[in-house]
Amino acid sequence: MNPNYLNAERGIKSWLFTTDHKRIGVLYLAAMLIFFGSGVVLGLLMRLELIAPGKTIMEAQTYNALFTLHGVIMIFLFIIPGIPAVFGNFFLPILLGAKDVAFPRLNLLSWWCYIAGGVLALVSLFAGSGAIDTGWTFYVPYSIRTGTNVTLGLSAAFIIGWSSILTGLNFITTIHRMKAPGMTWFRLPLFTWALYATSWIQLLATPVLGITLLLVIAERYFGIGLFDPAKGGDPLLFQHMFWIYSHPAVYIMIIPGMGVISEIIPVFAHKKIFGYKAIAFSSLAIAFVGYLVWGHHMFTSGMSNTARIIFSFLTFLVAVPSGIKVFNWVATLYKGSIDLSVPLLYALSFIFLFSIGGLTGLLNAALAVDVHIHDTYFIVGHFHYTMFGGAGFIFFGALHYWFPKMFGKMYNQGAAKLAWLFLIAGFNVLYFPMYVLGWQGLPRRYYDYLPEFHNLQLISTIGSWILAVGLILMFANLLKALLKGPSAGSNPWGGLTLEWQIPSPPPVENFEQIPVISRGPYDYNS
Amino acid sequence: MNMTDTPKDNTGAKLGMWLFLFTELLLFGGLFLLYAVYRSEYSEDFHFAAGGLDIALGTLNTVILLTSSLFMAVSVAGVQKGDRKIALMSLSLTIALGIFFIANKYFEWSAKIRHGIYPGSEHLSGLPAGENIFYGLYYVMTGLHVFHVFAGVILLVVMMIMLKKNVIHAGDSARFENAGLYWHLVDIIWLFLFPLLYLIT
Repeated sequence: MNPNYLNAERGIKSWLFTTDHKRIGVLYLAAMLIFFGSGVVLGLLMRLELIAPGKTIMEAQTYNALFTLHGVIMIFLFIIPGIPAVFGNFFLPILLGAKDVAFPRLNLLSWWCYIAGGVLALVSLFAGSGAIDTGWTFYVPYSIRTGTNVTLGLSAAFIIGWSSILTGLNFITTIHRMKAPGMTWFRLPLFTWALYATSWIQLLATPVLGITLLLVIAERYFGIGLFDPAKGGDPLLFQHMFWIYSHPAVYIMIIPGMGVISEIIPVFAHKKIFGYKAIAFSSLAIAFVGYLVWGHHMFTSGMSNTARIIFSFLTFLVAVPSGIKVFNWVATLYKGSIDLSVPLLYALSFIFLFSIGGLTGLLNAALAVDVHIHDTYFIVGHFHYTMFGGAGFIFFGALHYWFPKMFGKMYNQGAAKLAWLFLIAGFNVLYFPMYVLGWQGLPRRYYDYLPEFHNLQLISTIGSWILAVGLILMFANLLKALLKGPSAGSNPWGGLTLEWQIPSPPPVENFEQIPVISRGPYDYNS
Repeated sequence: MNMTDTPKDNTGAKLGMWLFLFTELLLFGGLFLLYAVYRSEYSEDFHFAAGGLDIALGTLNTVILLTSSLFMAVSVAGVQKGDRKIALMSLSLTIALGIFFIANKYFEWSAKIRHGIYPGSEHLSGLPAGENIFYGLYYVMTGLHVFHVFAGVILLVVMMIMLKKNVIHAGDSARFENAGLYWHLVDIIWLFLFPLLYLIT
């Protein structure tokens, strides 16, 4: 048996100090699943608290800490780095026909930053003066005044931010400089295009968040007053600077997922993708328009009407490139020879759930409606449908699609489909009631609520249990495959992109010889 | 792993550095954004507060950094042309000027602090809100900048060691050119800080 990247070297050190992009991808995956697990547990505890009105299992302050940490972990440690750090690292060089990323050591540094930040975030839960209770948005002036571990949490987010910037920088350079001979821009797999758009957002938006978080830390230690109204500062400026990053960041979360869908759909429809260029450019269009819409998080903050109307209008524009993608995916499926395997099930769930999340996003974008539903469960429902139903589900989809390549083992299809059924059923039972609750006016971020909301809250909590069963089933199935699954072969799905042309798991250097590319990535018909 | 068997991609290394410099600009960009908003809100207070800064010291530091950038450029040219003596000498001058800048900044800050002008001080909170904000921005912006100068000096010292050990030479100078780019960026940011903070009276 030829040595592959998994067995070429042994020992913990050969992993922790590796510069192999595939091993770094696996390191991210392992760490991320631990953080994701912690985030899920926090979420389940919150749902349990909300099973009945009044105090159920925790105090209000504990609940505040839980929703803050749930947000910080899920956003900064799971969904933002998620697909780029795991599958981007593993597959980007292979898809380009390269042996590694442009800066392998920088890549390792990114992972270490990620781990350092993640550990700090978890430590802030237990150490010092109590877990952060500001919400993941760290809004001033409360984040300046609260006595909890805000500094630790901000530092964690700052360090993870550098991990994100360095990964983006690495990917852009890799895509520009490491394409195999004959790999032109329009022969790039669409996942690569998505990573390219994402990397630019990571690079251009994250520094603004970095300086904002540093300013809050400085504010806490030195009382400079830049965000403190008592000293002439303007807290609204914090919100602007925060969302200048954090709105583009939601596209960091979703665009790579859309890229994965564009890989999965042609493979399982055995058909050339419809509208290659439109999909490629719509990723860049989303990245660009995404910069101009941050104000829609602040419709009730006291901005001028002119600003609110412009931000509202620009927000509607995001629906255009997103719609282009959905139409192209559906058009690719049309008259395809569809193989309804597990990865495609996840891709289809993405389209379904993300459409619900996206269309309710338009309700939020409508200024008058948003004033009514601002800061209610409607928003919580909306971003869970887009982030978890969208990016989260396609993370699982990507995992099922590339698992055979990454580890060379095949999982049980029946069990995987059963897990998927639990996940999608649990997901909808958990989050759909939130739309209704929000529409009825239930505000978010409270551990208590009025009795008339009880039924829907109860249903939602039951949904969280169904979802948890699905997650356990899914991971148990994959773990079993990892330990004693049958060999997957090099190309179980019949894919045409480069990763399917090399053995599973891939050899250390990916390719014996750098390939020469002479056709597009999805030429099923020719 | 594949560092040895493939030739180094200098264009790639440069591209990566330029992208990094872009992120640095955006990091400071957040502060320039705050500056713009507060200056339009408190233009009069900013005008008075800026009068309290030492223009002579600020000008001196501007001259120091500009000269250091010149020596940096000479040093890079020296490496590229294979003239190690010129390269080493100019690099030492660059580093010396960088340290000189930091020393000046130290004296400037301590003089301010001696006069009771620092964030949260009694003197400052007695002044109008805009002057308080001005000095807040002054400390944050020059502080972040001097931190970058400091990091730059350390980077250049590392470069000097590599130059002496002949790790960096005419055939392999991308790292050195990148260090030069970083130094110029630090210089350019100061060229914006200086007029915005010192010359608006």
